[in-house]
Amino acid sequence: MNSFWAVTTATLVKDIRLEWRSKDALNSMLFFSLLVVVIFVFSFDPLAEESRHIVGGLVWIAFLFAAVVALNQTWARELRNQVLDAYRVSPAPANGLFLAKTLGNFIFVCVLEALMAPLFVIFYNLHVLGPAWQLVPIALLGTWALVVNGTFFAAMSLRTRNREIMLPLLLFPVSIPAVIGMVAGTTAILTGENSAHFYIVLLLTYDVVFTTASLALFKTILHAE
Amino acid sequence: MTENPAQSAIIVSGVVKQFGRFAALRGVSAEFDAGKFHAILGDNGAGKTTLLRALAGLAHPTQGTIRMFGQDPQDSSREIGYMAHPSLLYDEMSGMENLRYFARLYEIGGDERCAEVIRAVGLDPELTRPVGQYSQGMRQRLSLARAILHDPKLLLLDEPFSNVDVHSAREMVILLKNMRGSGKTIFVVTHQALLLDGVADEFVWMQEGRIVDRTAAPVRAGETL
Repeated sequence: MNSFWAVTTATLVKDIRLEWRSKDALNSMLFFSLLVVVIFVFSFDPLAEESRHIVGGLVWIAFLFAAVVALNQTWARELRNQVLDAYRVSPAPANGLFLAKTLGNFIFVCVLEALMAPLFVIFYNLHVLGPAWQLVPIALLGTWALVVNGTFFAAMSLRTRNREIMLPLLLFPVSIPAVIGMVAGTTAILTGENSAHFYIVLLLTYDVVFTTASLALFKTILHAE
Repeated sequence: MTENPAQSAIIVSGVVKQFGRFAALRGVSAEFDAGKFHAILGDNGAGKTTLLRALAGLAHPTQGTIRMFGQDPQDSSREIGYMAHPSLLYDEMSGMENLRYFARLYEIGGDERCAEVIRAVGLDPELTRPVGQYSQGMRQRLSLARAILHDPKLLLLDEPFSNVDVHSAREMVILLKNMRGSGKTIFVVTHQALLLDGVADEFVWMQEGRIVDRTAAPVRAGETL
């Protein structure tokens, strides 16, 4: 168990260091999300009331697409110089690598969300009518849902020829329940019309199920040829 | 055939490795003694690298078995040091940062061991520039340092002397010779057989996915140096 946490921490620190130096994932996610926000602003010109109904969908679509950009980068750096083979021949637990990668992606996407959320508020003139604090669990649980599956499927599509295409093809259908939870939960909070409690429980359940399944299956994925 | 782990470090029995329709290994059977230096030779496409990857547990045999010190290769990961043709290093990190990370995977604490192996391969542990700015020869040396970091019983080295100048290659040979002297079992895949003349205990000749000869000198019967 000590080894598991030591490996997870070391891999997470290494990934954050590599991202800090290259800024590959953060820069591409940031520019991609900015573009999406700007395109949406020009495409729709909603009133404040309409904004509260559509922004939940817009914001999560932007983050979902941006996350895919980061998720593709995550494993790409392990393929350069075949560094992943050094991990595969080591006695380090496969789950440690998976958890570190997921935590790293979670941090990167959370940073993106923290930077982009104010822009959505400004561009769409948003005023939250429901309990605003509930946006925090929705955002954290929703982001975890995206990155845990994304990290797993990105690893799965590593050895495929068109892995950039493969990832969304695998990730998006599986993410539909989580996306529904995120969008409906966010809309419920923004409009104040319904309680978001159900969606928070839905996302929590989704996260537990998919995190457990991914951790259980990752060793097979890592050692597959 | 009685398995005697004290004598036979590695027992390969009828190993076939297919990639689709192509058979890279076509029924390799051999026993390799512990504490010996085995040089694997052969033309491009003879199956040398595939055999080495199978020994490292990175390529799973389509048929046949490999026993490493009485265990499956994947259960012997602590005993194996693997150096591939690519560096298996992160270009964005310094040599010391790379080794520090890999040391954590093997539960080796402290920087002393990392600095010791970096010095052992003739590099400076204080070098702060990223590995991506190293020369090819320096990368090869650091890659060797990574492979020996956890003091493995078995070293599997794929073309360690390629792109290395003659002087550095000779230094690496001396290092390997000393390691063999300390009881390690060493496999080196190389096209530079003459470098290992008088150093390797045996030369294993491969052709079209099979071991076709095993000799004590880097020449086959009927050939001259």
